[in-house]
Amino acid sequence: MPRVKIARKSTAIDMTAMCDVAFLLLTFFILTAKPKIDDPSKADTPASTTEITIPEDNTLIVSIGKTANGTDVGPNGAANKVFLSIAGTDIRQEVLKTMGDQYKVSFTPAEINKFANTEVFGVPMSQLKQFLDMDARDLKNFDQKGIPVDTMVNNELSNWILNSRKADRGLHGKDMQVIIKGDRDKQYPAINTVISTLEKQKVFKFQLITALKAAPKK
Amino acid sequence: MAELDTSGGGKKGGGKVRSKKASTRVDLTAMVDLAFLLITFFILTTTLQKPKAMDLVMPDKDEKTNQQLPVAASRTLTLLLGSNNKLEWYLGETGKTAPTVDNYGKNGLRKLLFEKSKEVLQATGKDMFVIIKPSDKANYNNVVTAMDELNIVGNQSRAIVDITPQEIELLKRDGLY
Repeated sequence: MPRVKIARKSTAIDMTAMCDVAFLLLTFFILTAKPKIDDPSKADTPASTTEITIPEDNTLIVSIGKTANGTDVGPNGAANKVFLSIAGTDIRQEVLKTMGDQYKVSFTPAEINKFANTEVFGVPMSQLKQFLDMDARDLKNFDQKGIPVDTMVNNELSNWILNSRKADRGLHGKDMQVIIKGDRDKQYPAINTVISTLEKQKVFKFQLITALKAAPKK
Repeated sequence: MAELDTSGGGKKGGGKVRSKKASTRVDLTAMVDLAFLLITFFILTTTLQKPKAMDLVMPDKDEKTNQQLPVAASRTLTLLLGSNNKLEWYLGETGKTAPTVDNYGKNGLRKLLFEKSKEVLQATGKDMFVIIKPSDKANYNNVVTAMDELNIVGNQSRAIVDITPQEIELLKRDGLY
């Protein structure tokens, strides 16, 4: 039988429960985490009262952003800086292959893999190979020119969108939801070129990303 | 919890006397610190608020699909979006009525839409049809605001249409182009 002793209280606190909670929370946050993607378009979205959240899959986000110096018209008269974000790595791979065939650019498997992991891009086809060969450090300083959108001659955006829609149909059997993310101060023609590009492909229904604003009291 | 039972294994009496073992209690403080650090990191890097989106449906411009329904001019409100965050509106056909300059605010566009839709509903018994015509000088925010005001008012019959040269002239006259 043990002797009866006056227990000396230890100053150490039992951390077990706290540790449990902390790791539970940590697990939750890791699992729900979707890291913020640095958006190169720097588009500042206008506010609206709609509360529809955009879906995660089968989306194609066309961002029309500010130019590097914040003005509406960029260097060499390029008014638009269009970036594209296609959801799904398999779709991105497929799209790059078809785009490569179309523009006679051959990509190595490493480049295709890199592209599959690139969330947002905005370079013309002529620069795409160079863009994919760059390492992360150079990429940060690289000024992406934007995807050419010209309703008359060179509409690479149209081909990107068309091929992504085809890839989504082929791989997942679903229709791609086109989402436009525009900068609030952008002049309307810039947005209109993108919209008319979509209209040419018979896409009449799309979504505009907006920041949430409180609805007025009725 | 974190300690293991280090007592003699329940044998009472007659057992070997074991030397007192050091406690297996581990100091978890550092681990908790690390866990909370990581939690903080993940909280800060996640986007909990997903972006919201507004649905937009454009009219089919194809001439071949002849599914366009005529809408009476009397219940059509046209909004011409000009520069300097101003707009002009008129009810009915172009040129018949002089457009009025207005702003996008609560007392501007929203009030106008409320009043006009009520008037049109009383006069014709049907919903008002709104045509938004953004000029090249309007910015994207203006278009979204106009659409949003229509959502707030609850108007579902609307369309974004290209502006005509005649209407640009109207905007120019009022110094909004």
